Formats: sequence, C-alpha cells, structure tokens
Amino acid sequence: MLTYILRRLAVAIPTLLLLIIFSFILMEAAPGSPFDTERGVPPAVLANLEAKYGLDRPMIERMGIYIWNVVTQFDFGPSFTYTNRSVNDIIAQGFPVTLTYGTYAFIVAVLVGGALGIAAAIYHNSWLDYLAVGISIGAQVLPNFVMAPILVLIFTLWLDWLPGGGWRGGQAQYVIMPVIALSTSYMASIARLTRSSMLEVLNAGFIRTARAKGLPMRRVIFRHALKPALLPVISYLGPAFVGMITGSVVIDVIFSTGGIGQFFVNSALARDYSVIMGITILVGALTIFFNLVVDVLYAWIDPKIRY
Amino acid sequence: MTTLDLDPQTPAAELKGRSLWQDARNRFFQNRAALVSMPILIFVVLFAAFGQYFAQWSNEEIDWSMLGQFETIGGPSIENGHYFGVDETGRDIFARTVQGTRISLMIGVIGALVSVVVGTIYGAVAGYIGGKTDQIMMRIVDVMMSIPYMFVLILLLVVFGRSMFMLFVGIGLISWLDMARIVRGQTLSIKNKEFVEAAIATGVKTRVIIFRHIVPNLLGVVIVYATLLVPSMIIFESFISFLGLGVQEPATSWGALINSGTDHMRTAPWKLYFPLAFFVVTLFALFFIGDGLRDALDPKDR
Repeated sequence: MLTYILRRLAVAIPTLLLLIIFSFILMEAAPGSPFDTERGVPPAVLANLEAKYGLDRPMIERMGIYIWNVVTQFDFGPSFTYTNRSVNDIIAQGFPVTLTYGTYAFIVAVLVGGALGIAAAIYHNSWLDYLAVGISIGAQVLPNFVMAPILVLIFTLWLDWLPGGGWRGGQAQYVIMPVIALSTSYMASIARLTRSSMLEVLNAGFIRTARAKGLPMRRVIFRHALKPALLPVISYLGPAFVGMITGSVVIDVIFSTGGIGQFFVNSALARDYSVIMGITILVGALTIFFNLVVDVLYAWIDPKIRY
Repeated sequence: MTTLDLDPQTPAAELKGRSLWQDARNRFFQNRAALVSMPILIFVVLFAAFGQYFAQWSNEEIDWSMLGQFETIGGPSIENGHYFGVDETGRDIFARTVQGTRISLMIGVIGALVSVVVGTIYGAVAGYIGGKTDQIMMRIVDVMMSIPYMFVLILLLVVFGRSMFMLFVGIGLISWLDMARIVRGQTLSIKNKEFVEAAIATGVKTRVIIFRHIVPNLLGVVIVYATLLVPSMIIFESFISFLGLGVQEPATSWGALINSGTDHMRTAPWKLYFPLAFFVVTLFALFFIGDGLRDALDPKDR
C-alpha cells in the first residue's frame, strides 16, 4: 500500500511541477509587460520597477524563485492590477467562499445522486426508475451555466422566493441556488453510475444466495449490495470535486458570490497574469491531490485492485 | 454442365443476410427517442445553414427605431420582422441565433473530428505497439488529464489573445484524451485476434496493420463516442463563451448569447429564451442520438 502511494506521488509531484513551469512559460510568452501604460514609463522608473519585482533577472532564475516561493511558502507573488494586494490575499478572500458552497454541492450531489441511483436500481423499471433516468438525462443537457439562469428565472423573477445573487457571509437563502446549480449535473452522473452498478450487483450470484437463504431485502441491500455497488462511484468523486471548483467560475459570475471563480474571470479579462497563474496552480494542486486521495481510497477499499 | 445451372436468385432472396450495419440500423430505428431527435437535429442544422434567408434583418444591422427602448418594444414580433426580438444594441436576435447556432455546431463537429483523428491514431498506436511505448504514451494522457484544463485553456486564451483559432487549439488539445483511452482499450482486445495474427504472419508492416486492420474495426466505438463528444464540445465552448472568453463580437455562439441574455433577464427575457431553447433542444437531440447509436453499434453495453 505504501509503495502504491509513493508511486502515485512520484507521478503527482512532477505533474504539478510541469503545470507550474507550463503556466510560467505561458506567462512569459504573453505580449506586453505589466507596467505598460498608455503614456509609457520613463526608462529609469521602469528599471526600478523591474528591479523591485525581480523582472530584470534571467527567466530561468525567476522561474526558480517563483517555484521556490510557491513550494516552500505558498507565496504566489503580487497581483499586477490590484496594487498592494498579493495573489495570496485574493485567494484567501475568495477561496473560503468557493470551498463553502463547493462542499455543500459535493455533499448534495453524492447523497442525493447516490440515493436516487440506489432507489432506481431497487425499483427497476418503476416510475421512480424512469424519473431518475429522466433527471439524469435532463441534467446532462443542462450544464451549470444554463441551470443557473433558469433557477434565477424561476425562483427570483417568477416566484420571488430567493435573492438572485450575493453571498452575505453565506446565509442560507444565498447559498441554496448556487448549491443546486452546481450540484445538479454531478448529482445526475452519480445517480446514473450508481444505478447501473447497483443493477449489475443485484443480478450477481452472491445476492441471489443472500436472498435464497432468507435474508430480508433491506439487509441484503445494505450489507451485501451497497459496498460493491458504490465502488465505481468512488472513482467518479475526483472528477466531481474538480467540477465543483471549475463550476465556481460560472456560479460566481451569475450569483456574484465572490469566490475565486470571480477573481479568476476578472483577472482573465484584465490580463492579471499572476492571479490567473496562482489560481490555476492552486486548482491544479487541489485536483491532483484529490485524485490521489480518491485513487488511494479506491485501492484500499477494492480488494481486486493490485498495487 | 446444365445440371449445375441453379437459379442464383432464389436462395439469395430467401436467405438474405443482414450485415452488421443493417443490424445496427434496425436497432437504431427501434429507439424512439433517437428517432424523434433525428428530424429535430436536421431542423437545427437547416436553421443554421439557411436561417439567414428567412431573417428580415442581418445579424450586424442595427434597428435604430429600437435603440434605447428595446426593453419595451423590442420583444418578438412578426410585424416588424424581429421574430425573436432585438438585443440592447438593436440587433435582430433571430439572425444572431442563426449565427450562434452555426458557430456552436461547427465547434462541436470540429472538436469531435480532431478527437476522432488524433485520439484514434494515438490510442491505436499505443495499444497495438504496447510495452514501454504504450506506458509512456498513456502516462502522458494521464498527466494531461489531471491538469485542470478549463483553467489552462483560459490561461491560453488570455496569453495568446482570444480568438476562434485559439479556442479550436484549446479544445483540440484536450478533446482527444478520452478517445485515446477508449480506442486503446479496444485495440488491446482486437490485437490478439486471428486476422491480425494472419497479417503479421504474412509480413504486413506494422503501420499498415494499424491503419488497415485495426482502425476499421474500431469504427463502431469511435462513431459512438464522437457523437457523444459533439454535445460535450458544444457545452465546453459555450462555457468559455459564457464567461466572455470565447468567441468575440461580432461573432457569437450559444454560450455568448445565453450570457448576454442573462444580463437582461428581468427586462428582456426573450434574449435568453430563444438561444437557451435552441441550446437545450439541440443538446437533448444529440444526446439521444448518441445513446441510440451506442445501443445500436455497441450492444454489449446494454
């Protein structure tokens, strides 16, 4: 097991480094300097500025310093457009918000999706099954950036039940719509996955044996069927988690929740490279780490996996 | 001599064999959802191709009489020729939807084509050659897959400027990864079949084996996943355009139209309704057709 984790780490760490190097080179390749203005800066001032931000050194050296700062101190450097604010400040402001509704959405997607999938499989070919299949097809076609405006249309404009945006420290009525919009498509995928794997398990020999020896259905499902049926779902948790973070870009834009997605899009539009890079690397690190955790979890639970 | 002169017509007529593709077509036509989706998709394609001939206004023309009061009189109407209404700059939404549909469909098809070409070749080569080559090639895919591509694509778009070309490059870069994995898996199961062995035994070159013997046998799976890729490419592009980072004005796409529709959702909801309806209906149709094709061509997955 330990060697498996180490081997996975041996892939994960270079991947992350590659991502950092790739983003850094991209940023270098970008035309223009962060100090370009309409009127131009006097050469002496420019030289001072470049010396202050270390831009007068060769690229390799700067890349080394950047990576060193990121890896050892989680320091992503200063922002280019927000003066006096570092990328870290921006992440510290936006990330908790994203994490809050992302976690809620993740929990909703897993619990509701899982329950729906299990119920659909147990009552195969009943109205419940058709409902679950219908929802999962519908949600596939309604990605979060379509779901969110529809929700606002219904709950804010027509029914006037919920505020159309804002965060206010995460009060319930501000959290509901972002969580629904973010979780729907992942909930649908989880429901579909759970349903098909549960159907497969319920037709397996050991379930028939359990039924034949007279166990009540509830016990058969919870003790015997559930664990093998949920295995494929675990491997989907990695992509689902990544989807939550990527989806925050849309959620923040529509609901003005103020998470990192909002800063990311604003920086992308304002060409604030250091913020874009910082957030990309942060999300990349989280993605790689979460996939690692899910893989290890999977290998630990599933006895069939050789590691 | 004449005793052997059997009528060749009769046995053929009685025992008409069904080819694999005929079988698949029969299965496809039994899928009602897919069958209904076909005319809908054809309608959308025709709308994208010929829609502008039905529009009273061109997509760039500004209706000055609407400007400044589009929220009160800019709604959909037959009389003034704005079937879907106008947007805040007085442009005809009908013409804009035609234009957006065209670009969205194009991106879907091109993205899927790139993934078919690159993914199939990559996966078939990796799977057929195997060994170290396979390991290295698939490790590259693993690494690329674990990168948050949405963020990297936005980074690319910011650095190299937002253009259609960059969008295609970005979509092309990631769309083939899944296809390569699927194709590799299929290749592994094909490459030990007798006909490949026979080809090797008769001294056929590796390159020829891959392209003449392996790839044609992958076609069913490739078609199925390519059809399912079209909608996901459309969603992907719309996502980027929704953020304002994709196609740039005056060009537009469903994502961009939906985004600009959300800005005036309260006052001019028709801006949102029509692009949204086209988006949802087309994606439903594409998914149902993809599902139908999967059932038809890949029956083991049922």
